[in-house]
Amino acid sequence: MEMKMFIVVLGLLVGSLMPIGGAASSPDTRGEGNHSSYIKKPFPVLSFDYDHVRLPFEISLWVLLASLMKLGFHLIPRLSSIVPESCLLIVVGLLVGGLIKVVGEVPPTLQSNIFFLYLLPPIILDAGYFLPIRPFTENLGTILMFAVVGTLWNAFFVGSLLYGVCQLEGVDLKHVDLLSCLLFGTIISAVDPVAVLAVFEEIHINELLHILVFGESLLNDAVTVVLYHLFEEYSSVGTITVTDVFLGIVCFLVVSLGGIVVGAIYGILAAFTSRFTSHTRVIEPLFVFVYSYMAYLSAEVFHLSGIMALIACGAVTRPYVEANISHKSHTTIKYFLKMWSSVSDTLIFIFLGVSTVAGPHRWNWTFVIMTVLLSLVARVLGVIGLTFVINKFRIVKLTCKDQFIVAYGGLRGAIAFSLVYLLDPVQFPMRNMFLTAIITVIFFTVFVQGMTIRPLVDLLAVKKKQETKRSINEEIHTQFLDHLLTGIEDICGHYGHHHWKDKLNRFNKKYIKKCLIAGERSKEPQLIAFYHKMEMKQAIELVESGGGSKLPSAMPSTISMQNIQPKKTPQDRALPQLSKSREEEIRKILRTNLQRTRQRLRSYNRHTLVADPFEDGWSDVLIKRKKIIEMEKKISQMNNHLTVPAPPPDSPTVARARLSSDPQVWGTKAVTESIPTIKVDLASPQSPDPVNEFGSKASQPKESKEDGGLMMKAPCPAKEKKEKDKMAYEDDDDKEPQRLTRCLSDPGPAAEEDEDEPFLP
Amino acid sequence: MGASQSGRVPEFQDLADKTGFSIEQMKNLHNRFMYLTQDEDTLRREHLENMTDLALNPIRRQIIEAFFDTRNMGEKEKGCLQEIGFEEFVTVLAFFKPPKPHIAEEERKTIKKEKLRFLFNMHDTDNDGVITLDEYKRVVEELLSSTETIGAETAKAISDAAMLEVASETVGRMGPDEFYEGITFEQFMQILKDIEIETKMSVHFWNLETMHCGK
Repeated sequence: MEMKMFIVVLGLLVGSLMPIGGAASSPDTRGEGNHSSYIKKPFPVLSFDYDHVRLPFEISLWVLLASLMKLGFHLIPRLSSIVPESCLLIVVGLLVGGLIKVVGEVPPTLQSNIFFLYLLPPIILDAGYFLPIRPFTENLGTILMFAVVGTLWNAFFVGSLLYGVCQLEGVDLKHVDLLSCLLFGTIISAVDPVAVLAVFEEIHINELLHILVFGESLLNDAVTVVLYHLFEEYSSVGTITVTDVFLGIVCFLVVSLGGIVVGAIYGILAAFTSRFTSHTRVIEPLFVFVYSYMAYLSAEVFHLSGIMALIACGAVTRPYVEANISHKSHTTIKYFLKMWSSVSDTLIFIFLGVSTVAGPHRWNWTFVIMTVLLSLVARVLGVIGLTFVINKFRIVKLTCKDQFIVAYGGLRGAIAFSLVYLLDPVQFPMRNMFLTAIITVIFFTVFVQGMTIRPLVDLLAVKKKQETKRSINEEIHTQFLDHLLTGIEDICGHYGHHHWKDKLNRFNKKYIKKCLIAGERSKEPQLIAFYHKMEMKQAIELVESGGGSKLPSAMPSTISMQNIQPKKTPQDRALPQLSKSREEEIRKILRTNLQRTRQRLRSYNRHTLVADPFEDGWSDVLIKRKKIIEMEKKISQMNNHLTVPAPPPDSPTVARARLSSDPQVWGTKAVTESIPTIKVDLASPQSPDPVNEFGSKASQPKESKEDGGLMMKAPCPAKEKKEKDKMAYEDDDDKEPQRLTRCLSDPGPAAEEDEDEPFLP
Repeated sequence: MGASQSGRVPEFQDLADKTGFSIEQMKNLHNRFMYLTQDEDTLRREHLENMTDLALNPIRRQIIEAFFDTRNMGEKEKGCLQEIGFEEFVTVLAFFKPPKPHIAEEERKTIKKEKLRFLFNMHDTDNDGVITLDEYKRVVEELLSSTETIGAETAKAISDAAMLEVASETVGRMGPDEFYEGITFEQFMQILKDIEIETKMSVHFWNLETMHCGK
């Protein structure tokens, strides 16, 4: 049913695209006709004026087509697991192009301008913003080797061998000179980030390989740009001197470093701007997008590497901007980037298909086949050779399997196509042949390699990406390890990787963060920031899963903080008045009460409406937490208290709630104080049990009153109590101190009654 | 110096076989040792504490302690040596050797276990076989000690959460009266099994020129 509807809609769409082509080509004389006649016509109630919306209308139709395609692929269940999306999109493009041609119109081609200025930047920005910095910098040497040396090797190998082939007798290609061949070699040797992303995202290989291939595809842009311009400039002249080569090397350094510098400057500007956006949260994402796009455009003005500028901008911006912007802006940025890059990606592949149908072709068997073969061979040889050298310097060596994946994952894509398209047909008469060859290579890599890489990955049992949840323990130990290794390196006197990273971090913390991050967050150490982030994430997960009864991470543990604290020997607890048996009684009663409470709590959580508690409420929560902590300090100083033992095991969330927010409850204070403390639970729906000092009333604990275990909970942002806390504190902020004293000295039924109301919906 | 150098070569050979360094690396390490101790025979804590590079490291005390800890020399008991010789110096540094690329799975596991044991000993200062909450809290506090604006509560909150996580992951269900002593070595290995310790906890020892030997 869905499929049928989908096909109908698709047909309609394509059908509407064709008359557009027709309307485009036929001249429009309607306007002139109206002006020249003075005959009064009846007032046009309904008129058709397509021209002035033509361009945006067409663009929207193409975007709509692309998005519907994406939808459609996932409706067909088995198809998307066999064939990568990029292949399907190219096929659709071919079909659409074919349809348009059949109707007799000229199918549109992928204009290089549109590609480089509008379609490519979102994809690269998405990649750069979410670049995993740690694996990237750890493998930077390897990535650079592959990107620079590998691309150079590929270009020259393919270019020169093709030239040799062209010079052979019997092949009608004598007119292709060396420089043109080298130019062609350059264009075809660059691994394409769009294609790599499209295919690798679906196969989920491990982080190392992903970052190697992907990093290479990003960083080889500088090499490609320089070589392209070099060969293009001089192909008309016909010769290249040593000076030119030398200048080329200088140009390479300028292009790559210049691109990075431009990107970094814009990135810092963006970070700095975001420092002041606390009052206009709505436009925060805009700054990130606009600054990054301008970085790209600025780099392109000087013919620097726009891709590297964009990556640098995204990577530099992210840590500072994320500390400054609100949670919602962060989500917005993430989703917009993903959306744009996804649409771009789809459009690029569809247009590749359409352009294949449209573009002028000149098929030459030898040239094309040799190109395909040579590019494959060059890639494999390059990877093997480079890995051999690189492995001498790496701690984690690249195995044969890794090398195979790296070689096999070197896909070519739309960048190569657009670069050929940019060639001037007058200067390069063999441009059409190049075009055909490039398209063949692209099709080969995307279809053959793209489709087979997934079964090959499974066959070779390549390590897949581990979906590890970053736990706080890992974070602690990773940081510990970093410091440890830095220390060892210092002791050995070896200024290695860790030493410089540590220096950079320290510099970052001391100077840069102060400038670019607003307010207090600038001093927050990374561990705390991580901890807060983790708490937030857990809280959101909890809320999304509908309350506390069902946890997203199945943790059947019943361990609470009580288990972890060292057992106090009886001597430490000086219980002046209560006898042991009394204590036991109280303990048992409290325990049963608390269990009943918890069951009630759970059943209410599912339906409790959560007014968005995370809306910039973080700072409020922290302030409230501090207030509660101060109040607890006050209480603990009150001398006439009774200890109550810990309640029975909670669900881990409640337990974690308690421990994460109870600075005083479980701490060593309980040990040092000779007289234990009472704690009042403000957040429970029930009133605190009127257990008074010296146990006068303790002998008749009111069974009907379900107490909340007399635990004072400071607001825990992370757990099920959150909404209650918020409600509690909003209502009873001022009443808290009074309520405490009232409970301790004058418990009355009235106090219990009105406490019931606000909490129970 | 020349005569004593050549006399040391057989010594180096033994140590090299024991720890897995090459002769070249041993020579470099020996030069470094001499530099640190200012040509004395034994290394004391003051020598390491006087290093300026180490001064900014938040966990420097634990790193220095690790060098003087007898548990890392192969003893079962914890003891604090006052001074160590070259052999102990190299033994500790051997924990940071990167594993050879093509080794058997068993050997890899052994190396991983040794390195994790080293880490565990750094945390477990009283050598009772478990990392208690206090010890863990001290670790977190030291990590955060490089910033001034850290409240004691946050450190406690973090270490509490971390301990709870370890307990939840490794032990599962516990009754209310049971007491979780601390992180045992097996649990430690379990929570850190996803971090590839054998490769992460490694330092390059091959680079000759970057060793500043003060010569």
